[in-house]
Amino acid sequence: MATIVESPKPLTQADFKGRVDPDWCPGCGDFGVLAAVQKALVELQIPNHMICTISGIGCSSNFPGFIETYGMHTLHGRALPVATGVKMANPDLTVLVTGGDGDGLGIGGNHLTHTIRRNVDLTYIIMDNQIYGLTTGQTSPTSRLGMKTKSTPFGSIEGPLYPITMALAAGATFVARGFSGDQKHLTDLIRQAIQHKGFSFLDVFSPCVTYNKDNTFQWFRPRVKKLEDDAAYDSTDWLAAMEKSTIWGEEIPIGKFFERTDLPSLDQAEPVTQGRTMLSYPIHIDAAVAKGFIDELM
Amino acid sequence: MSPTFSIGIGGAAGQGVATPGDIFAKIFSRRGLHLNAYNAYQSIIRGGHTFLIIRTGPEPVTNMGDTLELLIPLNQDTMDRHLSLLGAGGACIYNADSIKPGEHGDGVQLCGLPVSTLADITKNKVAQNTLAIGAALSMMGVGFQSLEEVIREQFGKKAASVADENIAVARAGYDYATQNFRPFASALPMTDNKYAVLSGNTALAMGGAAAGVKFYCAYPMSPSTGVLHWFAANGRKAGIMVRQVEDEIGVVNMAIGAAQAGVRAMCATSGGGFALMSEALGLSAMAEIPVVVIDCQRAGPSTGVPTKTEQGDLWQMLGAAFGDYPRVIAAPLDIGDCFTLMAEIWNIVDKFQVPGLVLCDLLLSEGRLSVDPKILDFAPHVDRGEMITAPNGHSEGGYKRYLITESGVSPRAIPGVPGYTHVVASDEHDEDGVLISDMYTNHAKRRAMMEKRMRKEQGIAAAVPPPVLQGPKDADVTLIGWGSTQGVIEEARAQLAEQGITANQLQIRWLVPLHGDAILDQLRNAKRTIIVENNFSGQFARYLRSETSFVADGHIRKYDGEPFMPHHIVEAVRAQLAGDTTLSVPAHEIMV
Repeated sequence: MATIVESPKPLTQADFKGRVDPDWCPGCGDFGVLAAVQKALVELQIPNHMICTISGIGCSSNFPGFIETYGMHTLHGRALPVATGVKMANPDLTVLVTGGDGDGLGIGGNHLTHTIRRNVDLTYIIMDNQIYGLTTGQTSPTSRLGMKTKSTPFGSIEGPLYPITMALAAGATFVARGFSGDQKHLTDLIRQAIQHKGFSFLDVFSPCVTYNKDNTFQWFRPRVKKLEDDAAYDSTDWLAAMEKSTIWGEEIPIGKFFERTDLPSLDQAEPVTQGRTMLSYPIHIDAAVAKGFIDELM
Repeated sequence: MSPTFSIGIGGAAGQGVATPGDIFAKIFSRRGLHLNAYNAYQSIIRGGHTFLIIRTGPEPVTNMGDTLELLIPLNQDTMDRHLSLLGAGGACIYNADSIKPGEHGDGVQLCGLPVSTLADITKNKVAQNTLAIGAALSMMGVGFQSLEEVIREQFGKKAASVADENIAVARAGYDYATQNFRPFASALPMTDNKYAVLSGNTALAMGGAAAGVKFYCAYPMSPSTGVLHWFAANGRKAGIMVRQVEDEIGVVNMAIGAAQAGVRAMCATSGGGFALMSEALGLSAMAEIPVVVIDCQRAGPSTGVPTKTEQGDLWQMLGAAFGDYPRVIAAPLDIGDCFTLMAEIWNIVDKFQVPGLVLCDLLLSEGRLSVDPKILDFAPHVDRGEMITAPNGHSEGGYKRYLITESGVSPRAIPGVPGYTHVVASDEHDEDGVLISDMYTNHAKRRAMMEKRMRKEQGIAAAVPPPVLQGPKDADVTLIGWGSTQGVIEEARAQLAEQGITANQLQIRWLVPLHGDAILDQLRNAKRTIIVENNFSGQFARYLRSETSFVADGHIRKYDGEPFMPHHIVEAVRAQLAGDTTLSVPAHEIMV
């Protein structure tokens, strides 16, 4: 396996700048998420080649192209199973999964539940803009009841799902919500999410400035309230987290809702990856083991 | 043709049909005999009708054959369904306490066992099965010792008294038969050979393990689930990661992820699961991440008949995922080939960084075959292609994952190697992985990338041998088949030869690439061509026509869920040679 080459000088944000500039609309919330991820990686000083950034499809899923790491741009909704395969085959990698609310909660919803349940050691960042942007503005799984979009011109008659509640219910071991408009806070949450050994779920309000005229930066700014500012809030208390997770209105909590560190991640529980990657196994299995397989058939 | 001996064991699911089958298989293979077993069953855990045919002989036994020499009905239903299959010299061993024989052919020996007087049926629920095995082996001229050994192994993990009790029951059946029933005309032969007996699913799994698969994932789906079971039971010993995933979409994408991390990753499913995987095969081809997907075909469409066989997924494979992309499709010819094909297809898939599809079917997946253990080579030649797993002097940023080359293959760096960071992309991309699909599309680059990927087809074609005509060159009829029909067509040819009709055979193992020109060359002098396949529409016939404009003279098709028996093909060939028809659809006589 590759040896980690120590960088001669500390990594800076410029080292994580991708080869091309983001193609997001000017003012898009995703710029803030990209910057926060880069800053968190600088804080953690993880070498570029030991990171794999994996996305599905959508505006925010173009993310891997805009950051200097190994990247995978996969199918719509399928980033999590791909990322699970990468992480389980090579647990030495830091695996970041990025995408939108439609990608992760709509078409990829089934994978999300099960990836959480397995506690795969991934950091999953949903850039939640409550709209389908790349397809020019249709309702999404997090669009609010009554929202008018191109696919709901008379207002949506379907209610949204609550990503934080859902992640908690599925058993996520790290659950947080950030806001693209608060860089410092978001960077800190991303750093903690990467450091968490297990599945980290991070829902980030990342407003779509083109198609979502309801949930804008201006709309969020006065509403978001940091859980960290409430000294009494205990992020190890699952029930308290559940209670906070459905609050939506004049006040919307952001911050770390929940973390537990007592459960092994999937690669920690998996006997064949104890301290090694799958590629480190010889291509031919042990001759005595192979002979045993044949003997059983005789 | 060498003589073979077939036993049919039938009963309701849950009555224990499998155990006698396993015991007979062990005894036959240890006598140095070949065997083939096919279990006709239904999607039910208890009840219904299960009918296992196990056929043995000193020469390779490639299929279930045409005749039954011994019937062991475990219930009245089985007796009623199958007694008429026995011909002169055949025998039926049954529980005389509870089962009544009906109409039967001349010269059939009815061997009723007084089960309640021979064994304590209150203590031993499967006494009738064990008595019947003992009786059968006595009539076949097999010494009791070999049965005692196998029973002891079967109950190895339980108390010795349990084995002793079953051996006593078997002995009672054995002795009763020796005293009361006529032995078969010739005793079961014996050779010095030793064979391994395995299912196609076990062979696919072991073949994958031998080829260096380090990551296997699946969602349970009949008839492919046996592959998952083998990996789940043996993965830890072999250093192979095994995952059960939430659905087949997740399965194939997870395999692609593991493959991107540098290991050989594989999955298996059946037609319905394969349909869900379809989109991701395009990802594998576009991102150039090699992966192998096995489709164990069952009778479709939709949920279809989950426990029955068919060769009905060919066009699904040919058309899987949208757009044009290079792919490899191979159909193993028999259960042994399920093993050997894996190393071959993996080397091609890795070298050309394309998806590889294995088109198996229930007949092979769940059938059992004796093979020479020498073919189970766990150290086959492995070619992983151009992979970069450690830095080799490339300067930072200079690496192009999709470098345009003459072969179409670009050296593949895996995540974790310093100096080679790049993005692999599902969207169309440039040589360095940067998308050219969204902001500024570029038709010239798009064309260059399409041509780069499609150039791999030339290399793949050169890596795969064309099919070779088996049998006499100037035969009266040429039978064309693909995949699992190899053995039954071969036996049909032998039967035709005995009847004065010479037949040769073109059996297709590599479906893509097809080598159409080579096929046309081989068929140029054929007097009459007939395509044999296990589906309704002649999927291979249509494919061959689309690729080569070749139109066969006739077709033999079966789509009732059951496999071909040799006589089905023989009778159809005779009818077609007589000019009666050009499309034969044989009826399956065994009511299962």
